[in-house]
Amino acid sequence: MSTDPSRIKKVMFVNRKAPYGTIYALESLEVVLITATFDQDVSLVFLDDGVYELLKGQNTKAIGIKNFSPTYRALDGYDVEKLYVERESLAARGIGEEQLLVDVEVLSSAQMGELMAQQDVVLSF
Amino acid sequence: MKFGLMVSEGPYTHQASDSAYQFAKAALEKGHEIQRVFFYHDGVNNATRLTEPPQDDRHIVNRWSALAAEHQIDLVVCVAAALRRGIKDEVLAPGFRISGLGQLVDSGIKSDRLVTFGD
Repeated sequence: MSTDPSRIKKVMFVNRKAPYGTIYALESLEVVLITATFDQDVSLVFLDDGVYELLKGQNTKAIGIKNFSPTYRALDGYDVEKLYVERESLAARGIGEEQLLVDVEVLSSAQMGELMAQQDVVLSF
Repeated sequence: MKFGLMVSEGPYTHQASDSAYQFAKAALEKGHEIQRVFFYHDGVNNATRLTEPPQDDRHIVNRWSALAAEHQIDLVVCVAAALRRGIKDEVLAPGFRISGLGQLVDSGIKSDRLVTFGD
């Protein structure tokens, strides 16, 4: 089995943790930005507590940690335009799509599973 | 098959590095290739030669170094994650090198499977 290195791969980043409390969300975003420069087919998924990463109006002043949420708005400029959010995760947390700071496609858990199955590389953070 | 690995948790606290090591060893024994092991998040702490576990415990860092020497495995530590956590060239154990996140992406592109070990 061999892989043609010239072939564009489908790379998916699965974000499942809250933006603060651990560094996973921030360091995931760093990989996304680097991957964007490799001309691959990049998509981002937000599920479980990962949906909190996209909430509008984040204010981190009181915890003394940088608010990196504006970076999600910049993804567009890196040609990262495929953002998917799991419907069940939003519902479980009482979050509406209008509360998110970027345009996303809301998918059911089953649809998300299908999308994941089509990927070459899935990185979960 | 050509495997790329990512380790995203530190040694001893979490089993990620142990599992990755066991996986790499088993894959190599079966004749597969480990294209690279990329250390990210707290995983960068697997690379410091200052690590000194008790005598009767496994030495996670030296074990990686030995495996890399025996099979010419590329052990790459993410520079941004490393500098945040005080991991620099001067504390690296043999076989490890510090480089950019591009090496992780490259691993995903060039290997048949990128296998991640973490939470």
